[in-house]
Amino acid sequence: MIEVQNIQKSFGAHEVLKGIDAQFEQGKTNLIIGQSGSGKTVFLKCLVGLHEPDNGAILFNDRNTAQLDQKERQLLRQEIGMVFQGSALFDSLTVEENVMFPLNMFTRMGPGEKKDRVDFCLNRVKLEGANKKYPAEISGGMMKRVAIARSIAMNPKYLFCDEPNSGLDPQTAVVIDNLVREITQEYGITTVINTHDMNSVMEIGDHIIFLKNGLKAWEGDRHEIIRSDQPDITEFVFTSELFKSIRKAQRSG
Amino acid sequence: MKRAFQKPGRSREYGKALAREIDYLGLDSVAIVGIISLFVGAVVTIQTALNLDDPFIPAYYIAIATRESIVLEFSPTMVSLILAGKVGSNIASTLGTMRVSEQIDALEVMGVNSASYLVMPKVLASMLFNPVLIMLSMGLGLLGGYIAGNLTGVISTPDYLLGIQLGFKPFYITYALTKTVVFAFLITSISAYCGYTVKGGAVEVGTSSTRAVVSSSVAVIVANYFLTQILLGT
Repeated sequence: MIEVQNIQKSFGAHEVLKGIDAQFEQGKTNLIIGQSGSGKTVFLKCLVGLHEPDNGAILFNDRNTAQLDQKERQLLRQEIGMVFQGSALFDSLTVEENVMFPLNMFTRMGPGEKKDRVDFCLNRVKLEGANKKYPAEISGGMMKRVAIARSIAMNPKYLFCDEPNSGLDPQTAVVIDNLVREITQEYGITTVINTHDMNSVMEIGDHIIFLKNGLKAWEGDRHEIIRSDQPDITEFVFTSELFKSIRKAQRSG
Repeated sequence: MKRAFQKPGRSREYGKALAREIDYLGLDSVAIVGIISLFVGAVVTIQTALNLDDPFIPAYYIAIATRESIVLEFSPTMVSLILAGKVGSNIASTLGTMRVSEQIDALEVMGVNSASYLVMPKVLASMLFNPVLIMLSMGLGLLGGYIAGNLTGVISTPDYLLGIQLGFKPFYITYALTKTVVFAFLITSISAYCGYTVKGGAVEVGTSSTRAVVSSSVAVIVANYFLTQILLGT
């Protein structure tokens, strides 16, 4: 479980996070939604340690990140997997080498063991036969799958995804969503996803946090969000005619 | 900058990265360094011959002048400036692209010291391999002078061979290689800094690449003055 206590973050005079409390439970897909500029990305970067919060605490299973020394922090990071918005694959390495990279850096596995683990991860994301290809030679959806395979290579306890569906067609987006949810449940990972995609909210939102102007404006799950009458939520989620009609249908039973 | 020179986590992976950088930054520069050195050696010989067109000056002086120009200045300094353009822009644009495409963030999230993993092998590769390039440049520069002397007839083979050996001071090689190692450090660390700290997108990556070449070239020129003063000054 990840516990966030009153985290605040400013860049100069611009206050981005104004004190957010949250709990992200193991085995659940936790979604962070909000408009552009609401602080979602900064919040996620604080969680993974790319930004240092000005105030507050982040606890990974009771380990306060602010109190960890460099070595402990490095060990914690090995328990974290992350899927970046643009996949962030190393473009000088093949698909196989990308997935193998964390194993090379942090484990003492033999070449055969590493190859087996890579094949397992690539099979898990349903990506066979692309081992020797470079990121520039595969599609956006395949790149996201490789990024997921790389993020689970080390058996992470925590998985973070920044806009995993951005730039993908609706069909591929659903495949990625389902994959993340399956992996989360199968391995009991604590998953936190930053998203704009309302399909993801409706499909995999076990726990949803809505951020507005650097504050937590709403919290609930995918069933509660449909029933919510809070103006901020209504304005943000039910903007399109499609979602308005879904809501109407749900309410009329 | 301090993080870039911290102790590496997994020596074997850093060794592989070092070998890769020696290939990218060093071996890939052999052709350009070779061609330029060969032709500059030839030109220096011809120009020196034209300027020493006096029957009272022995012909082997042409070879001495060629040798001193190449060993003392052309190979260590001018070739380093060429490498500042080639290697410096390569390093800055590679690291800049990795920064804006979040590849550096991906390394950090994994727990890899990205500065050390990406920068240290580049700096070490250049400091180890540039002296090899400079020795090659010296050899090919002198060979270029020999070929040009023969083809144009400005200096005979015995005179040329006598000239390049006469009064040779081995310390000049030490001086040239010392300069080369310092220049290699300056070029790679300045360029890596420019690339690693990029913020923005494609335009900023291009700007950082230009900044890397300009800054490292200026640093080489300024350091050249001080090193010459320290190592050769009386």
